[in-house]
Amino acid sequence: MNVIDVHGLVKRFGDKTVVDHVTMTVAEGEIVGFLGPNGSGKTTTIRIMCGLLTPDEGEGTVLGFNIRTDSLRIKREVGYMTQKFSFYEDLTIGENLEFVARLYRLKPVSEHVARTLEELGLTSRRDQLAGTLSGGWKQRLALAACIMHKPKLLLLDEPTAGVDPKARREFWDEIHRLASGGLTVLVSTHYMDEAERCHRIGYISYGKMLASGTVEEVVRNAGLTTFVLQGPRLDRVADALQGSPGVDQVAPFGATLHVVGSDKKKLEAALADVEKEHKGVTVNPGETSLEDVFIQFMSGSKDNMAKDSKG
Amino acid sequence: MNAVFSFARLGALLIKEFIQMRRDRITFAMMLGVPLMQLVLFGFAINSDPKSLPTALVAMSNDQYTRAMVSALQMTGYYRFDYVAQSEAEAEALMAKGAVSFVVTIPADFAQRVERGDSPQILIEADATDPSAASGAISTLSKVASQALLRAQGMQAAAAENAKEQLQVIVHQRYNPEGISQYNIVPGLLGVILQMTMVMMTAMALTRETERGTMENLLAMPSSPAEIMLGKVLPFLVVGAVQVAVVLVAAKLLFGIPFVGSLTLLLSSVLVFVLSLVLLGYTISTMARSQMQAMQLTFFFFLPSLLLSGFMFPYRGMPGWAQVLGEIFPLTHFLRITRAVMLKGADFNAVAAEIGWLLVFVAVFAGTALLRFRRTLD
Repeated sequence: MNVIDVHGLVKRFGDKTVVDHVTMTVAEGEIVGFLGPNGSGKTTTIRIMCGLLTPDEGEGTVLGFNIRTDSLRIKREVGYMTQKFSFYEDLTIGENLEFVARLYRLKPVSEHVARTLEELGLTSRRDQLAGTLSGGWKQRLALAACIMHKPKLLLLDEPTAGVDPKARREFWDEIHRLASGGLTVLVSTHYMDEAERCHRIGYISYGKMLASGTVEEVVRNAGLTTFVLQGPRLDRVADALQGSPGVDQVAPFGATLHVVGSDKKKLEAALADVEKEHKGVTVNPGETSLEDVFIQFMSGSKDNMAKDSKG
Repeated sequence: MNAVFSFARLGALLIKEFIQMRRDRITFAMMLGVPLMQLVLFGFAINSDPKSLPTALVAMSNDQYTRAMVSALQMTGYYRFDYVAQSEAEAEALMAKGAVSFVVTIPADFAQRVERGDSPQILIEADATDPSAASGAISTLSKVASQALLRAQGMQAAAAENAKEQLQVIVHQRYNPEGISQYNIVPGLLGVILQMTMVMMTAMALTRETERGTMENLLAMPSSPAEIMLGKVLPFLVVGAVQVAVVLVAAKLLFGIPFVGSLTLLLSSVLVFVLSLVLLGYTISTMARSQMQAMQLTFFFFLPSLLLSGFMFPYRGMPGWAQVLGEIFPLTHFLRITRAVMLKGADFNAVAAEIGWLLVFVAVFAGTALLRFRRTLD
């Protein structure tokens, strides 16, 4: 059984279509990454799945419950971590967790709270006000609060925004530990390294799901060719290549230049004379990265949020 | 599992709310300090029975009876003779200017008439632009003047009875003021203070959750609208109860307000009143998107209810349409109840209709709030 099984979801705010026929399935125990630029509809899609928003069109089930009619039951079985920290800053960590434990009617409250604090290494900070915590600790508290009732599905909305790399690493280790215990996770993110830690990814742009599958599948299906250029004065080479037929992206990566195109023959033609024209520059075929694919997606999709100039 | 309502979940919300209340020191201090401060400030500042009002005297002669009359008026404490006018025209000008509230005219033939036993007259002109200001001064007038006259004539109190009829005090007033009791203001203040703090604080309470983003989380967790509403409403009911206790004790100790009626009856109606206010605040908070909006909506409601309820101006002095409008404010009905119970000793039957009105408000506000509450973020 698929934990998430939704199809044709549409959500409009006014005349803006924020989620445009999104279909998605997530199997039990999977960690699925949800990627896309800002304002692409990630948060709205997640909110629909946890019953916070009603879709204008489309049907589906989460944990076997209908997203339209059974939102109260979905809420009980799902752990949802909001993008913005949304626990009470004027309550201590312990008090926040006790509040959540009582809302989910976990008994005995103190035992559940103590166990959760222990598991996430928060015991020593139990009496600290949530408002005085740093970003990493706030995120840890939020995660603690949404897994305390042992949900079957975790929906995480950009959980690692503004968190340092070490805390991010620990957070992901925790996610994988939870998933190995059978928990299903849908996580939205901007970070490529996080996307690569997911079993599967889905890419959404301006409300439309553009690609989904494993990282390898998404990269392969994008059909991009990449060449890596090395040598002196690469900035000049970049200027020269910019806008040439067949060249879609020119991006510096450290001491190298990545040149990406969707039409392999045209790209090769464009690069044919580079080694001759620029002394010391070498051109070698390279691996297309997930980031190259996403940049390609972003430049290719139209911005339906912008005002239509025609009218 | 009970899907719609659970006391455990309500308990969770209540505990959270009380902890937050305790942490927010300034608001907490405001909830207890503001009622006391307002009571003391308004209780002492608003005086519907002012004394030492500036008065001009127009005395045509300077005989012993005139002097006795003037000193007797001064003794009442209401009149302070600031001016001795040489003519009626001069006195008239003083009043027009607002320099004096009263003009006392004792005619030239006053002493003659007293001695002849020919019903002497004095004229008191009152500046009735503020009717309540003059009413106390006028009400004491007749008795004081008669007694003064008798003393001046050297009569015994026993012989006073028929002589009393002799003196005619003529009062000229532009219109009749509603008889405002001097204890009117404090029972009214109870309602006003409760209204201000209860409505505003509840209105802010829910919008604060929306503003801080905690509402999204609260909605994502299993809590029903009724639980969320009661979780917000009940703590403020407790705060209201504390405020009521503070105001009533202060009314008794600081102002010596007579308390004629049943305390149980008063407290039960206070409970219904506070409930209606808290629910109104909650309804406002389902409409407002920010705390600033909630505040504005509260004031939008607050001012007309203050002006039309009969707290500031006599209810019966308002035109019919305004009286009808006044009926839609819980404060109007609550003022009638408190004044009736505290000052007149009214029983349940006398105020049942007003309590009924308050219950209607409770039902309407609770219904609107639950309907308007957005269970989703749509």
